[in-house]
Amino acid sequence: MKSTKSYSLGKDAFARLLRNPGARLGLVILLLMVAACLAEPLLTPYSYRQQNLDQTYMPPSRAHWLGTDDLGRDMLTRILVGGRVSFAVALAATAVSLVIGVTYGGLSGYLGGRVDMLMMRVVDVLYGLPFTLFVILLISVFGRSLLLLFVAIGAVEWLTMARIVRGQVMGLRKQEFIEACQVLGYGNARILFVHLLPNTLGTIIIYMTLTIPGIMLLEAFLSFLGLGVQPPTPSWGGLIKDGVGQMEDSPWMLMGPGMALSLTLFALNFLGDGLRDALDPRQREHRS
Amino acid sequence: MSRFRRSEAFSKAFPTLGNVFPSTKLDEAKASVHNNAVIRFLFHRLFLQALPTLLALSMLSFLLVRLAPGSPFASERELPQQTVDALNRAYGLDQPIPVQYFRYLSGVLRGDLGPSMSKPGRSVAELIGNTLPVSLVLGSLALGFGLLVGLALGVLAAVKPNGRGDRLAMAVALIGICLPSMVMGPILVLIFGLELGWLPVVGWGRPENLVLPVITLGSTYAAYIARLARGGMLEELSRDYIRTARAKGLSEASVILKHALRGGVQPVISFLGPAAAGLLTGAFVVEKIFQIPGLGDEIVNAAQNRDQFMILGCVLLFGGLMVLFNTVVDVVLALLNPRIRDQGGAV
Repeated sequence: MKSTKSYSLGKDAFARLLRNPGARLGLVILLLMVAACLAEPLLTPYSYRQQNLDQTYMPPSRAHWLGTDDLGRDMLTRILVGGRVSFAVALAATAVSLVIGVTYGGLSGYLGGRVDMLMMRVVDVLYGLPFTLFVILLISVFGRSLLLLFVAIGAVEWLTMARIVRGQVMGLRKQEFIEACQVLGYGNARILFVHLLPNTLGTIIIYMTLTIPGIMLLEAFLSFLGLGVQPPTPSWGGLIKDGVGQMEDSPWMLMGPGMALSLTLFALNFLGDGLRDALDPRQREHRS
Repeated sequence: MSRFRRSEAFSKAFPTLGNVFPSTKLDEAKASVHNNAVIRFLFHRLFLQALPTLLALSMLSFLLVRLAPGSPFASERELPQQTVDALNRAYGLDQPIPVQYFRYLSGVLRGDLGPSMSKPGRSVAELIGNTLPVSLVLGSLALGFGLLVGLALGVLAAVKPNGRGDRLAMAVALIGICLPSMVMGPILVLIFGLELGWLPVVGWGRPENLVLPVITLGSTYAAYIARLARGGMLEELSRDYIRTARAKGLSEASVILKHALRGGVQPVISFLGPAAAGLLTGAFVVEKIFQIPGLGDEIVNAAQNRDQFMILGCVLLFGGLMVLFNTVVDVVLALLNPRIRDQGGAV
């Protein structure tokens, strides 16, 4: 019974998503981008760290579609590998923020009363913190590793998720199907994770489409400043930083990674808008 | 309140008659209740939200910095233990952590943020004081640019939803959102600095140095503000009181700018708190692109060299600024919206 219902809801939402031309475009661009990043070893004959000092600063050509950088490394390869790093950081950090935010918000909303008040007070206090600086502090304290980067980003990005999930759970927990669970004697953990949280999935997905580009931008910001992903591992922010330094003589070093980042943000933006409309048709009527 | 307003209008219309509706005891009582509400609101905001936030921030970041493995004096060259001990003593790091924390906190309260660890002989307060004004000028100009352009685009879009103006404004907003400043800045430099040669590419100090950095930093915020303003205005324009104002025969310009805007800007104002914080950190990127001597460089340098006091000082500074912005935003929102104001801050 339950599985049929959620299946049809998802199918319905997906059909609505595909009817939206902007969302379709966003989805196609994003899928192509991810596929290209994953298939990079098949697409280019170069390695991202293979230097070729005879061929530095080469403009785009048949051998190097997007040119080469100051060490003669193929830009296309570096952009695709950098994309893999950027997507990985964004996904991993989103997952971290999801786990913390959904659990925290779900618990707070389900338990209610004093505990809820206290837990939300903590969120209020944390909301006042300067996140970006806090991530910089974490990086400076614990060193600049990739693992740390997304744990640090995820650990500061869960607050809004917690608030949203809490609101949803509070609305749901007084409904009959939860009362039925309680009558059946299910434990709190089972009710929360098996029955309550799956019902907030739509909202969680909508908010995720805002979180992912936000985290990609934060990663690019940190790498641009030299605090994020460390060379020789490429990331879009780091590649853009290198490109800015050479933009007068070798603009392709900037254009490639800049386009990749902007296109991805563009695609995520359209896809997010489409998902919001598809998963929450009520809000769409309200908005227009 | 309504009686008071009527009497004002009346005495304006018939100045010679004087004030025939003098303010009553009731009005005075209402005014004092209102004042109390504002004071309660500020009290609540400062002592129950701002102070705990700042205390938690200082404690958390201090503990993180102190309990982390590795010494701030680690370098490529292995220092003899005696030197490390002497350095630890000099910076007070040989004391127990709680003692260190209270020492640090009492210093902060007196405006002493401790010595810089990566630039010997200079204090954190001095480093921040030298560079913060530059970042603040850049940030506030960018915020002004974002507000001006964003509000104009948003209102333009909301006047005729799905019309040509709306499409244009939302397309501009989309560009602003999809081109982060690290991409937007270099593009502007390539076009206006290198190709056309209209504006200087790097530097600081002259007014023309400001143009490109301010646009670069402000454009993303202009885009968000345009979207928020459009949403807010559309919602406001669909309300009954707007229909009343139109039915009354007010000009469209007056309906939009005087009546709807007041409510329509509220989402924009709520956004300004986070926006101001984002602008300050976003300025780091712009400062790097245009080689502006702002705070960003110092912070990056401190982070790379594990300059603990400098990082701590900057975290506290930004925390303080954020609390300040958020409080100001809440007060402005309360002034604009009586329903929030009269609840005494229970937003």
